[in-house]
Amino acid sequence: MDIRLDAISHAYGETEVLRDISLEIPTGRIVCLVGPSGCGKSTLLRLIGGLERATQGRVLQLGTPPADCLNPLTYIFQDFALLPWRSVRGNVSLVLEDHGIRGARADAIIDDVLARTKLSDFSSALPRQLSGGMKQRVAIARALSVNPAVMLMDEPLSALDSQTRELLMDDLVALWTRQPFTAVYVTHNLAEAVRLGHRIVVLSRRPGEIRELVEIDKPLGERGYGDSDLEAIQKHLWDLMREEARAADEELLDV
Amino acid sequence: MSDNTQKSQPIEVRFRGGGFAPKSPRWVGFSVFVVLIAAIEIGTQSGFISSLTLPKPSDVLAAFGELWEAGLLFKHLAPSLSRLAIGGAIGASVGIAVGVMIGLFSYVRAGLVPLVAAIFPIPKIALLPLFVIWFGIDEASKYALIAFGTFTPTVVATYGAVDNVDRSLIRMGQSFGLSWFSIVRKIVLPGAMPGILSGLRISLAIAIILLVAAEMLGAEYGIGAYILQAGSLYDLERLFAGVVILSLLGVILSTIIGLVEKRLLAWRS
Repeated sequence: MDIRLDAISHAYGETEVLRDISLEIPTGRIVCLVGPSGCGKSTLLRLIGGLERATQGRVLQLGTPPADCLNPLTYIFQDFALLPWRSVRGNVSLVLEDHGIRGARADAIIDDVLARTKLSDFSSALPRQLSGGMKQRVAIARALSVNPAVMLMDEPLSALDSQTRELLMDDLVALWTRQPFTAVYVTHNLAEAVRLGHRIVVLSRRPGEIRELVEIDKPLGERGYGDSDLEAIQKHLWDLMREEARAADEELLDV
Repeated sequence: MSDNTQKSQPIEVRFRGGGFAPKSPRWVGFSVFVVLIAAIEIGTQSGFISSLTLPKPSDVLAAFGELWEAGLLFKHLAPSLSRLAIGGAIGASVGIAVGVMIGLFSYVRAGLVPLVAAIFPIPKIALLPLFVIWFGIDEASKYALIAFGTFTPTVVATYGAVDNVDRSLIRMGQSFGLSWFSIVRKIVLPGAMPGILSGLRISLAIAIILLVAAEMLGAEYGIGAYILQAGSLYDLERLFAGVVILSLLGVILSTIIGLVEKRLLAWRS
């Protein structure tokens, strides 16, 4: 299932946040959205998943999601959004219960996703006992359990320290290599974008417009920490963004 | 200058990070009670405190013993406890239900928040005559008074707690396509539980106050009636025995809520 953004514009009251965004998100690829802070990249992600309604333009699903897909558009949030009163297993089962999946069928799915995210030993732990990286892995397991057609990832690694971030990036690459998934990945971290993105969309500062599309052909599995060709792309992206980021930083927030 | 500091005697850095972290060591609270009661006992025995000012704690204990031996303790305690349980349960459950609705529905919020704000400051005791006319002089008017008194603080605590539920968790529920009912049951209610329970602590203390007030106005048996009888005879020993029972009741209720919190909110801390 592909996603097409058709001339999306969005405003909060008087403040124009996004202007005329048109974009294709092809199946099986990771599209990274980067841009200076406040450029509306998280807003765009909320629009794609239907958590907000665009002022103008439409988000279209092309084709039907696979039959075993319980929740086609599934988010992974920056703050993990785990229920603190449920165990790891309970947090995953939360999203299955509403689809009538309980008992042995649920157990099979939960065991599978926990194994894929290397959490099998922690299924009865509560979120407060887990490190940030583990919490995000629980959120990833929860997202995998509903077999999403498109994963919408809102700065999923931004709340983590840099070492955990590297480890989790490797995990994401491994997950994708095993079974390619479609994802829209919002980040302000260019290193993440060049490691995980097949296509990188650079947004300008507010109101966000598409400044450039960068395609990276190198397979995810072959990309590594500090690859020189990736560094070059990262530098190119930073050159595009530097002035914008500086200007965005000096803007007042409530105008 | 720098040479000077190098040669001079090293000074250990002074610790200045202590305090501002109160703990409650065991038995301190208990000792305060013991010391206070012992001081009053000694004062009254020696005549330093006249018997008109305060009764001797030992006499209060004796009055308590009499009450026990005459079998009157449970005759007074049983109706009081059942009034507290029924009235409190009605008030708390209706209060939680209304509070959750205020937290969830715009029209209920717009309509009821001003109403609750208007009835919150009314001293409910002042309405007892009205309740007697509406519900009769029997138990029903006492239930109504206690229920009404626990209702308002429970409503306010509950809708505040619902408002404070982490919105990002609710967005998460929506993004996974959970039904409205599931979001309320699995995300909103557990998330509001800490606030609801701390509201109940206050509501139940108010329920005890209103229980006594209701019983003072018309009851044959009950802790309130017992205190009223003792008070009208200026029998300070029995009056204090009644007051001690009420205090104990408050402590027990608060302990029970503490245990419920420990059980239901084990995920915190």
